[in-house]
Amino acid sequence: MDVGIVSYGAYVPRYRIKPEEIGRIWGVDGKGMGKGLMIYQKSVPSPDEDVVTIATEAARYMMDRVPEVDPKDIGAVYVGSESHPYAVKPTATIVAEAIRATPAMTAADMEFACKAGTAGIQACMGLVGSGMVRYGVAIGADTSQGAPGDALEYSASAGGAAYLIGSEKVIAKINKTLSFTTDTPDFWRREGQPYPLHGGRFTGEPAYFRHITSAAKMMFEAMGTTAADYKYAVFHQPNGKFPTRVAAQLGFTPEQIEYGLLTPNIGNTYSGAVPLGLANVLDHAEPGDRVFVTSYGSGAGSDAFDITVTDEILNYRRDNAPLLEKVMADPVYIDYGTYAKFKGKILMSE
Amino acid sequence: MSTVAREWREIPGRYNLEGTKCENCGSIFFPARDFCPKCRRAGIGKISRYDVCRRGKVFSFSIVHDAPDFNNMLKPYVVAMVQTDDGVMVSAQLVDVDLDKVAIGMPVRAVLRKLSADGASGVIRYGYKFVPDE
Repeated sequence: MDVGIVSYGAYVPRYRIKPEEIGRIWGVDGKGMGKGLMIYQKSVPSPDEDVVTIATEAARYMMDRVPEVDPKDIGAVYVGSESHPYAVKPTATIVAEAIRATPAMTAADMEFACKAGTAGIQACMGLVGSGMVRYGVAIGADTSQGAPGDALEYSASAGGAAYLIGSEKVIAKINKTLSFTTDTPDFWRREGQPYPLHGGRFTGEPAYFRHITSAAKMMFEAMGTTAADYKYAVFHQPNGKFPTRVAAQLGFTPEQIEYGLLTPNIGNTYSGAVPLGLANVLDHAEPGDRVFVTSYGSGAGSDAFDITVTDEILNYRRDNAPLLEKVMADPVYIDYGTYAKFKGKILMSE
Repeated sequence: MSTVAREWREIPGRYNLEGTKCENCGSIFFPARDFCPKCRRAGIGKISRYDVCRRGKVFSFSIVHDAPDFNNMLKPYVVAMVQTDDGVMVSAQLVDVDLDKVAIGMPVRAVLRKLSADGASGVIRYGYKFVPDE
C-alpha cells in the first residue's frame, strides 16, 4: 500500500515586523542581527489569531483541494504545536469540528518543540498503513514566543500547514520515514512559563546539526541515495543560516532548498516550519520530483522523509485554495508598539 | 457572559455557518431555528440542516471606534452585513482589511477567529469573521 500526502494547505498571518524595528527598542543593531540570522522579517498573528485559527485555516484549504473527500472518512486529527491555546483542552477537537470530521475519529495534540507537525505525519502514516483509518490529518502550527529582548524575539513567528495522509489518490508518496532522537536539553519551556529558555550556542552543533545530519545520513543509507537524487530539500529552519549550512554539509545546493526555505521572509514558525516549507515545494512540484525532508525539534529529535511526487498531482485541484506565495503576499508591517499589543506583552487592567 | 453549555450549543453555527432550511417553503434560517414562522404547523418535521455559503459580498458596514472590552485590541474595526452567495444576510466582524478599502460590494469569505475569552483562565470562544476574498 502506498501511503502519502493526499492534500495539503498552508496559512501564514498577514502582519510582519522587521528585525531593525525590534532592535530599535532594545538598543541593538537589529538589521545586523537579522543579517546574521538570515531573517529579514517575521510574521505576527493578529490578536484574534492563535494555533486553533491558523490550524483551521490551513486544514480548510487542505479540504478545499479535495472536494471528493468526505470529512467523515477522516479517522484521526493531530495538531502539533508548542503554543496550544489551552494547557488542557485539545486544539485538535476544535479544528476537527471546524472541518466537520467529528465525531467518529480520534484526536490529540502533540508537542515536540519544532517537530510536532512531522511527528503527526508519522503517526497518521502508521494509522493509514495499518488500515486503522482511511485518512489522517496532521497539522503543524505555532504562534511561538520569544522573551522581549532575547535573540528569539527576532525569529519566533506564526504560521502552519495541514496534511491529509491517506492511501488513495496520493499526490506525494512517502517512500520512507525514520527518526533520530536523544535526550538533549537545548531549548525548553517549563509548565506555566510564558517564554522558553535556550542553551545559546548549545542549540547548534550538538542539537540541530547532530540530529538533522544523523537522520539525513540514516535516510541516505536506507534508500541508497545522495543529495543529488533529490529535486528539492526542506530542513527545519529556526533561522535562515542553520538550514543553509546543514544543506551544504549534506551536499545539497542552494537551488534545491530555495522553495523550502521560508524563514528569511516569515521567521521561525516552529512546528509550522517544515510543513510550510514542504507546502511551498508542493506548490511548485511536478510528477516524479523527489523531495528530501528533515525536521528538527529541540529536546531533541529529527524526522526524515523521502517523498516522490506522483502523476496524481496533475489531477489535484491545487488552485482550489491559494498557493503559499499568494498567502504571504501583501503583508502589513507593524511597529514594535503594535507588536507588543498584538502579542499581549502589555500589562492591562482587569 | 453566557454559559459554557450555551456556547457549546452554538458551535455548529459559529464554526461552520450551519443554519436550517424549511423544506416546505424554502426559507433559510441563520442562526438556525427548528420552527418555520411562515409555515408554522405545515413546516413541522420539514426543517433540515443547511450550510450557509462561506463566500459573499459586503452589503453594508460600519467602523467601530468605541469597542467593548473583548475587542479593545482590534479597534477601530469593521462590522459588516455580509450577503452570502446564497442570499443569506450574516453580520460579523471584517478583519485583516485596510479600513480605507472597505466598500459595499467587496467580496469576502468566512474564516474562524477568536471572538472573545473569559479572562486568562476561562473558555475561549471561536467563531466566524470575514476577510477580503481576493
